[in-house]
Amino acid sequence: MDALVKPHFLTKEETTHAKPVERWHPTAKTGLMSWLTTVDHKRIGFLYGITALIFLVVGGLEALMIRIQLAVPNNTFLSSQQYNEMFTMHATTMIFLVVMPLGAAFFNFIMPLQIGARDVAFPRLNAFSFWTFVVGAIIINLGWFLKDGAPDAGWFGYAPLTTKLYSPSHAIDMWVMGLQLLGVASIAAALNFIATIINLRAPGMTMMRLPVFTWMTLVTSFLIILSFPAITIALVEIMMDRLFNTNFFEVSHGGMPILWQHLFWVFGHPEVYILILPAMGIISEILPTFARKPLFGYPIVVFSGASIGFLGFGVWSHHMFTTGLGTIATAAFSLMTMAIAVPTGVKIFNWIGTLWGGHLTMRTPMMFALGFVWMFMLGGFSGVMHSAAPADFQQHGSYFVVAHFHYVLIGGSLFALLSGVHYWFPLIFGRMANEFWGKVSFWVIFVGFNVTFFPMHFLGLNGMPRRTFTYDGNMGWNDGNMICTVGAFVLGIGLAIYMGVMLQAYYRGPRVTKDPWDARTLEWSLPTPPPEYNYRVIPTVHARDGWWYEKHHSAEIAAEKAEHAKSEDAHGGIHMPFQSIWPFCASCGILIGAIGVSVIDADPGPGLIGKKLAITLLGGLVMVVSIFLWALEGSEGYHLHLEPEEGADNPKSASASHH
Amino acid sequence: MSTHAAVAPIDHHNDPTTSTGIPNKKLLMWLFLASDCMFFGCLISTHLIYRLHPPPDNPIAKNVFSIELTSFSTFILLMSSLMMALAVNAIQKGNLKSMRWSLLTTIFFGCIFLGCQVYEFRNFVYEKHMTISNSILGSTFFTLTGTHGLHVLIGVIWLTGMLIYSFTGRLSERNAIDVESMGLYWHFVDIVWIVIFTAVYLLEYL
Repeated sequence: MDALVKPHFLTKEETTHAKPVERWHPTAKTGLMSWLTTVDHKRIGFLYGITALIFLVVGGLEALMIRIQLAVPNNTFLSSQQYNEMFTMHATTMIFLVVMPLGAAFFNFIMPLQIGARDVAFPRLNAFSFWTFVVGAIIINLGWFLKDGAPDAGWFGYAPLTTKLYSPSHAIDMWVMGLQLLGVASIAAALNFIATIINLRAPGMTMMRLPVFTWMTLVTSFLIILSFPAITIALVEIMMDRLFNTNFFEVSHGGMPILWQHLFWVFGHPEVYILILPAMGIISEILPTFARKPLFGYPIVVFSGASIGFLGFGVWSHHMFTTGLGTIATAAFSLMTMAIAVPTGVKIFNWIGTLWGGHLTMRTPMMFALGFVWMFMLGGFSGVMHSAAPADFQQHGSYFVVAHFHYVLIGGSLFALLSGVHYWFPLIFGRMANEFWGKVSFWVIFVGFNVTFFPMHFLGLNGMPRRTFTYDGNMGWNDGNMICTVGAFVLGIGLAIYMGVMLQAYYRGPRVTKDPWDARTLEWSLPTPPPEYNYRVIPTVHARDGWWYEKHHSAEIAAEKAEHAKSEDAHGGIHMPFQSIWPFCASCGILIGAIGVSVIDADPGPGLIGKKLAITLLGGLVMVVSIFLWALEGSEGYHLHLEPEEGADNPKSASASHH
Repeated sequence: MSTHAAVAPIDHHNDPTTSTGIPNKKLLMWLFLASDCMFFGCLISTHLIYRLHPPPDNPIAKNVFSIELTSFSTFILLMSSLMMALAVNAIQKGNLKSMRWSLLTTIFFGCIFLGCQVYEFRNFVYEKHMTISNSILGSTFFTLTGTHGLHVLIGVIWLTGMLIYSFTGRLSERNAIDVESMGLYWHFVDIVWIVIFTAVYLLEYL
């Protein structure tokens, strides 16, 4: 005990002997256990990606059912109740379970590689984020399999529609609970990414040398940690209303439903940028690679991204112009909304500047990236139209709005994400996708997308309202809707071809070893797929496009690497975190608790431990115990000592030692 | 983390393994607190908005609150922050014994605060007849102060866990960052209480 009080006098040997820590750690490298206990950012990124693509299929099928219903007037393919469930779940799925996790997949996989790190700052917290995300996804979708049905109050969940009076079934409870869990998962992941980008950069990787994708990860993560609390509190308030009869949105006791709209859109508008900024980051990586030029105006692109994030918190009320905010507020939010188009436009001009005079290589990722620039710009134009409040009064709640946000979310976010999947596929799996079929998928998606959503502009201006399950034949909307539905199927076929190309590449694609695109950023300096420890030697960054510099100064870099390898080995080798099962267990506890809160019927009387309380408490207990065991496990790891020869990246040659 | 730095005196304000010198755990805690500010900000805003638009049957807050008791518990909570700061200082000097006493006092003060809150809640419900569901003031008050109370409770559990852990022999000056980030959380919970005390209680007596 005395020795511990004065640790100044401990020598290195004594410290190691004083702590005979021999805990059990999961070590599985293959099989189910290896995935449940993984803390490797690359594996977690892969899990995010796969989950998102599965939900893309689910959300896509929901969209097709919506389009079948609307293909002809007075259709009876879906009932009004089923239609409500479809559009609610389509939006919730696409936003929270497809675009956000697909972005998170790239944050996880690519960002640590781009900054020259061996993992994120908190690997086990990262695993917890993923598993909690899965739990949230399960809770939201549970209603499909229960008698309560799926959530049906829209992705915006406006009170008082979501109060017990109008939505008595558990479907809304599940939606409320699931979204809170997705918020926890997103915030935990975002905290981790910010800490990683600020603290784990390789030597020489200054902030103004960060790849733009990493910059956008940083801005997006800040948006997540500052905007998700608003929706979480709104959801807590509606949950309190539903579970404990509070009056937050209960008009008879002075509650004001408008509060929901404010809290929701204080989150909801930054969320729009959470969806698009990663996409802008991906595009800012792909265009320079295939234009064979550095990004035009790097500092301006970075500052534009940051100012979009900043202004994004000041425009939420443009979703609420029609609620009667008053002239001053409407004018202020109108001006702010127009202002936010400026940095967005600056980015577009920088991308054009990057292309200008470049040697363009028209590979599949480049096709999607160019598609993004064009289509996102169209979505931006209709966005600026909405910023004028008088025009918005006409467009509000019509298909014009539907056209607008599908142009920015599909033509924007999804095109960029599909482009990113193609671009980084060889890095992630070590195989190339088929170029011909990749381009076919792009053209089918591009045509299908425009045929689906362009007519919606006209339908909206002709007065067709959103969120109605059918319409009469004499409104003049018949042709437009039929065209939209045909387009939706073409888009569906395009995405099916895309998935087919990916599956074919995964199993049969030709192998590549390194840097197939002749790219610029550090992740391409790694063998494909990257080894578990990422970098044999932590790179030293000398320029903004770090890998490009390395390729053109190979002798100098090789000497530097050899020296660093020696000193790193002398300092104990490559440090690797232990795998851990506790993040998964904590998320399982959350799943049990969430089922208790949102699925089980209320207990008959107060003061009695009934089924609902018992299951909720059990879940809470499992979670707390898991977190304690997680904390006690400590953040230790083991060290790898690799063979010094060049090209000995085979992990079999590695020897592991505990410390 | 590697052990090669154990011989030299530990620099608690600069971590050589990170790009900025800020320890990862401290950075994570600061970021979490930034996020938590938004949680409390939304709850406090909700309370203040409904305070400006009270329905006719809303209770008069002044008739419900007991400012003497709350002032006392506020003072106790602030003093617990002092003890927390002493605990962090002690562990950074490697003085485990002193840290334990400071932690114990912090926990004790935290428990007094929680006890006062439980008493206050019971008093409001049973004597003053303001429940979470019979008025908008009750809804916002109990949800806001209850959320804060939950934060204090989590803090007390964390502190107690750390105190017990210090007897296993595995807590030393090298883990000072664990105590320090716990301290950041605890100070934050206290600062939030100052805001709540001002915006929810003192405002009614202006």
